[in-house]
Amino acid sequence: MITEQIKTIAVETLVQEVTSLKQTEYDLVAITCTYDEMLELSYSFEKEQEFLHLRLVIDRGTQLASISQLYAYAFLYENEIKELFDVKITGITIDFENQLYQIAEKTPFITNKEES
Amino acid sequence: MGKRTIIPFGPQHPVLPEPIHLDLVLEDETVVGAIPRIGYIHRGLEKLVEKKDFQQYTYVAERICGICSFMHGMGYCMTIEKIMQIEVPARAEFLRTIWAELSRMHSHLLWLGLTADAFGFESLFMHTWRLREKVLDIFEETTGGRVIFSVCDIGGVKKDIDDNMLAKIVTVLTELEQELKTLTDVFLHDSSVKHRTCGVGVLSKQAAVALGAVGPTARGSGVAKDMRTYGYAAYSKLDFTPIIEQQGDAYARMKVRIGEVFQAARLIKAAINLIPEGPINVRYKGNPTGEAFLRIEQPRGTVLYYVKGNGTKFLTRFRARTPTFANVPALLETLKGSSLADVPVLVLTIDPCISCTER
Repeated sequence: MITEQIKTIAVETLVQEVTSLKQTEYDLVAITCTYDEMLELSYSFEKEQEFLHLRLVIDRGTQLASISQLYAYAFLYENEIKELFDVKITGITIDFENQLYQIAEKTPFITNKEES
Repeated sequence: MGKRTIIPFGPQHPVLPEPIHLDLVLEDETVVGAIPRIGYIHRGLEKLVEKKDFQQYTYVAERICGICSFMHGMGYCMTIEKIMQIEVPARAEFLRTIWAELSRMHSHLLWLGLTADAFGFESLFMHTWRLREKVLDIFEETTGGRVIFSVCDIGGVKKDIDDNMLAKIVTVLTELEQELKTLTDVFLHDSSVKHRTCGVGVLSKQAAVALGAVGPTARGSGVAKDMRTYGYAAYSKLDFTPIIEQQGDAYARMKVRIGEVFQAARLIKAAINLIPEGPINVRYKGNPTGEAFLRIEQPRGTVLYYVKGNGTKFLTRFRARTPTFANVPALLETLKGSSLADVPVLVLTIDPCISCTER
């Protein structure tokens, strides 16, 4: 039986929380971003039957630290949300500088919502 | 240390069904690093959820990928059902499982054929795809489609399969298994195939876990991770144990997929044996309010869906984290230390689906 939990955290504690999960052998499943007036990020982790989401709610200017030093494969998720949602992430191990998808329209998940 | 050279691989390459680019860093003929570049077929399908109502979006979700089309539709519907607390009838759960496992069979057979083609083993490629046609014929007879089926719906499925057709599926699968055994002998024992796969592109269990690998890529390295063990759809009623290999090389990943074709046939027969009578869908009212995460096991590995509803017919967010997206870091690891000649085969061994990856 899978147990699932969403845990809201503060920006300043992100790296500390992720470090703690890494040390207790949680695997990163995905990073998901949603924009609805505020940016809402979900860092999803799993360990056996546990499914845990760290939830961050931030405004557009907030700087976020990358977790790719802890979970090497986070670089793809971070590049994706940086390019599509204009999330300011610093220290990504492989930073594509907003060229991962090479799309013509910048930050489409933000821009079109603001226009409408 | 040899002289370092950067060789561009892709985005167009004879072995790639879809475009992906790798900058391969070589010392002489040995790959020492690779930098991926995607973005050639990004379609913005997740964004489209803001323009199509949540019922219409089932058809968009199916079009994320032409191979996993049914499972994308099913995963999306299951996520909406989780938010709206819709209980799907048992018969619909079994029908979904049957179509899902048929999708796994046709996906793995497609991959085996492409891999044989990559080795230059044309007759093996053609015979494998000939068998895949039998699965596509079942899809056509039961859904009306061979690529996009549009039978999965929120609350169940749109079409039933009658007893005669269920019996026919069992007969076809039994014949297919017999023929596949002959081909499997070639895949697993032919010296030329073993030469290209055994000991090539080794991904250790530790690396597979550390890099977040999923599906046959992870299971070929001894990682016993498969969402079907959690019993979604009708899997809790079926006797299911993931197929695991320990060697972590291209051969092990191939062996897992071959095993999963036979396992899928067995699961389908078991589901047909146990399928209950009853309705195939339920009616529901209202629009989704709230959010849900959901994971299912596609042929290439675990896919994660996220849906956030706002009480209107248009969703705030739909997200699919597809298996190939998760397997790209593992691919980069397997390339390190390989020879340039093995790169096409290694790219294929994660069974890359770039349409899924970019959405």
